[in-house]
Amino acid sequence: MTVLAYIKYALKSFFIEIGELSYFTARFFKTAFKPPFELKELIRQCYYMGNRSLFLVGITGFIIGLVLTIQTRPTLLEFGAVSWMPSMVSISIVREIGPIITALVCAGRIGSGIGAEIGSMRVTEQIDAMEVSGTNPFNFLVVTRVLAVTLMLPLLVIIADAIALFGSFLIENSKGSVSFTLFFNQVFDALEFGDILPATIKSIFFGLAIGLVGCYKGYYCNKGTAGVGKAANSAVVVASLLLFIIDFIAVFVTDIFFEL
Amino acid sequence: MTNNKDINKQNIVLEIKDLHKSFGNNHVLNGFNLKLYQGENLVIMGKSGSGKSVMIKCLVGLMEADSGTISVMQNDITKLNQSALDTLRADIGFLFQGSALYDSMTVRENLEFPLRRHTKRFDSTANTESLVIEALDSVGLRDAIDLMPSELSGGMKKRIAIARTLILKPKIMLYDEPTSGLDPITAKEIILLMQTIQKKYGTSSLIITHDVDCARVISDRMVLLIDGKDYVVGTFAELSKHKDPKIKAFFKNKTS
Repeated sequence: MTVLAYIKYALKSFFIEIGELSYFTARFFKTAFKPPFELKELIRQCYYMGNRSLFLVGITGFIIGLVLTIQTRPTLLEFGAVSWMPSMVSISIVREIGPIITALVCAGRIGSGIGAEIGSMRVTEQIDAMEVSGTNPFNFLVVTRVLAVTLMLPLLVIIADAIALFGSFLIENSKGSVSFTLFFNQVFDALEFGDILPATIKSIFFGLAIGLVGCYKGYYCNKGTAGVGKAANSAVVVASLLLFIIDFIAVFVTDIFFEL
Repeated sequence: MTNNKDINKQNIVLEIKDLHKSFGNNHVLNGFNLKLYQGENLVIMGKSGSGKSVMIKCLVGLMEADSGTISVMQNDITKLNQSALDTLRADIGFLFQGSALYDSMTVRENLEFPLRRHTKRFDSTANTESLVIEALDSVGLRDAIDLMPSELSGGMKKRIAIARTLILKPKIMLYDEPTSGLDPITAKEIILLMQTIQKKYGTSSLIITHDVDCARVISDRMVLLIDGKDYVVGTFAELSKHKDPKIKAFFKNKTS
C-alpha cells in the first residue's frame, strides 16, 4: 500500500468511525427517554461505577494535591507569594486538573471495563440471547451504563477535588503551619460560581463521552477474544482523545460566558 | 433407531420460502425452503459455514434476510414491528451454540430474565420462583439455582440454557448445535433431554447440527443445506442410503 493510499484509507476509516459513533449517540438519546426504563440496572451500574472507582479516584486526587503543592511552593516562595497557594491550588484543581485527571482515570477503569464486558457479551451471543428473550439490549446494556457514568463522574470529580485540596492542605500545614480553617477559607474565597459550574458541566460531558465510546466499542466488537481486547483498548484510547477535545471546547465556551 | 410419530402435515408451525442472504459477494443462502410441522423434530445438517446459523438467526429476526418469507405460526416475521416480534419471540425458544448464559447473573437471575417482558403469558397465581424451580426441575438442575455460570460445566450450561428457554413455555424450540463441544456421554444426555422436553411440552423442534448421531436419534425428518439450498429432504434412513456423493459424504461411516 502506498503512503497516499494508506492516508486515504485511514481518513476514510476515521470518518466512518465518527459517523457510526454519531449514529450510536443519536440512538442513545432516542432510546434513553423511551420506556421501559431499566431503573434497577441503572442503580446497580451507578453503584459499580461510582463506588468501585472511589478508591482509585481518591488516591489519584490526593497525590495530585500533594505533588502540585510541593512543586509550586518553591516558585511562590521566590516571589514572596506563598500565601496565594490555597487560591492557586483550588482554582487549578477545580477548574482543570480535578475534572481531567478523574475523567482520564475513569476512562481507563470504567471505559475499558464497559468495552470488555459488552464486547464479551457480543462475542458469546449473550446480546443476541437478550434480544430473543424480548429485552432491548441497547436499552438494558448501553443506556444504563452511559447514564451511570454520566451521573457518577461529576460526583467522583467533586470527591477527587476535595481530597486533592486536603492533600494540598497537609503540605501547607506541615511546611507553613497554615491552619485548616485559614487554608479552606482562602480556598472558598478564591472559588467563584464561574469556576464550579463549568467544571461540573464539563464532567457531565466527560462521563457521557466515556460511556458512549466504551459501549460503542463493545457493542460493535469483532468476533473472538482478540476483538474483545481491541474493544477494551480502543475504548480507552478514543475516550481519552475525546476528553481532551471536549476539554478544549469547554475552556473556549467558558471563556466566552465567564471571561476566565 | 427410527422416530415413528404421527405428524399432522396440515399443521405447519414454521415455513421458510425462497430465503436469500448474502454477505458482500458471499451468497450464504440461495433460495432456501423449509416446513416444520406441529410436534416434529426437524434436523438441518450442513457443512461448517454453509449458512445454518445464519438461517436460524433470520428465523428469530436477529438477522435480516435479503429476500424471501419466514412465517412463524402464520406471522410473517419480516413484516412484524418490534413489539409484535418480541411477543412472537416468547413462543420461540432458542438454544445458542455457546449456551449464552449471562455471565454477571446467577442461574436464578438468568432464568428470571425472560420473564421480565412476558409476565402476561402466565396467570396471576404463577410466581417467578415456582416457574424457575419448574424449569430447573425439567433439566434436573434444581441445586444449581444460586450458582454463577462460571461455576457450571459445559453440559450444565447447556441444560440451564434449555431451562431458560423453557421458562416461557415456547411452542417452537430452535437448537443451534446443541451437542457441540460436549463429550459423547454428555451429548447423549442432552439429546435425551431434548426428547423428553419434546414429549413433555409438545414443542416442535428445529435442530441444527453436524452430529450425525444426534440426527439419527432425534430427527423425524432431515434437511441437508448444501450450496445455500435445501438440497434434499427426507428421513434419516432415506438420506443415509442415498447414492448422491454430496449426501453420502455426511453419513460416511455413521450409518450403523
